[in-house]
Amino acid sequence: MKISKLLAYSTLFFLFLSYNYSIANISSEFINNIASKASNILSSQESEKLKMEKLIKIGQQSVDIDGIGLYTLGKHRKGLNEDEKEEYKKIFREYFLKSFSSRLVEYKEAKIVVISEEVKNEKYTIVKSKLIATSSRPEITIDWRVYTKDPLKPLIRDLIIEGLSLARTQREEFNSIILNNNGDVHALFSSLKKFNKQ
Amino acid sequence: MFKRLKILITILIIQLMVVSSSIAEEKEVKDCFEKINRATFAFNMALDKVLFRPVATGYRKLPSPIRYGTSNALNNLSNLVTIPNNILQGDFRAAGINSARFIINTTVGIVGIFDPAQSLGLDKLEKEDFGQTFGTMGVGEGCYLVLPVLGPSTVRDAVGSLISMSGGDAWYNVTVKNDTQYLKESDYYYSKLGQGVDFRAKNLEAFDSLEKNSVDFYATVRSLYLQDRDRKIKNQNIKTDTLDDSDWDSLEN
Repeated sequence: MKISKLLAYSTLFFLFLSYNYSIANISSEFINNIASKASNILSSQESEKLKMEKLIKIGQQSVDIDGIGLYTLGKHRKGLNEDEKEEYKKIFREYFLKSFSSRLVEYKEAKIVVISEEVKNEKYTIVKSKLIATSSRPEITIDWRVYTKDPLKPLIRDLIIEGLSLARTQREEFNSIILNNNGDVHALFSSLKKFNKQ
Repeated sequence: MFKRLKILITILIIQLMVVSSSIAEEKEVKDCFEKINRATFAFNMALDKVLFRPVATGYRKLPSPIRYGTSNALNNLSNLVTIPNNILQGDFRAAGINSARFIINTTVGIVGIFDPAQSLGLDKLEKEDFGQTFGTMGVGEGCYLVLPVLGPSTVRDAVGSLISMSGGDAWYNVTVKNDTQYLKESDYYYSKLGQGVDFRAKNLEAFDSLEKNSVDFYATVRSLYLQDRDRKIKNQNIKTDTLDDSDWDSLEN
């Protein structure tokens, strides 16, 4: 009896280990794949417009844009009705992809090396990487918060550059706009729409 | 001058105590002087456009050995503030390493232009200042401040800077406070200007991109500054509070 219990526990233990291992591997490979695709696009001789179009495609496939959008609304999220939420998601999606591709396209030489990963729980894995230094910029550490609720379709939820979270920065930026307009979340919608039109 | 500084520090410490007790109750950014801060930020941005950015762009065109040497020498000077703060934070190992680095690099490394200490296995450590020391002692950051020319700060960090200028920074003491045969007051200000230009030059593209892609650039800079200070106080090189899952858990509800 005891031996069968021991066997059952050890099987469960190894199953747990292999599950975690597979999540970690998937996350690392996922980031490696994105980094290599982005690096190829950025170092190519293509026009900036074409590069941005390709980067947007990567963003659409690999980032949980709706999740980040709702996160960046913070406490104001709860005050929105379903129609407003849908409107916000649409505006944010456009804003995010525009700003994401525009930020990335500045990096002409972008070689990212994945160093390690840390499985935090079944929902999140942090992949640690570094952007290799060039003659004009020092080495930069980048941690990727990968959402692994569906281990077969991991999605990026945050980038932590040199310890600074982009999602948190965005949330505080949006909160500032809302608070400076007497808590009116539509003021944020207007600001984002204005940015999208530029 | 010293008397005025003492009065100013006392006022700021009182304000710091009041704010730090209220900040414990709420995690929101305390921007008590937002209107003034935004005006100062606009002034600093204008100054950056006409002065710091062009100078930093020119500095970037210098050959990289000159830039590295300048950066190394300025970093070496910052050890004079880091070492006493290592001691105040009880980190005697770091104080020892930084002292050895300072002595070796100032002498063998010719006033810090070269970094022979690194080759001897004495790796560069994080800088520390009086604001960080207050933070490690549990003092809250207080209100966010934007200082003219100097940029983002908090009440706690501003008090820390004032302590540096009231005897806490040996470099300030030998240049500005005491007349010595070899060093002048202007050496201190040139070194601070150099640090600003060096930092700006290293972040030219990142800063431009951030400005271009922000809907409220002031709030972005504020958030980045406060996150960075928090990370430095906790001496977390990689992890930050933002890696705390509770930040994201509300999305699942």
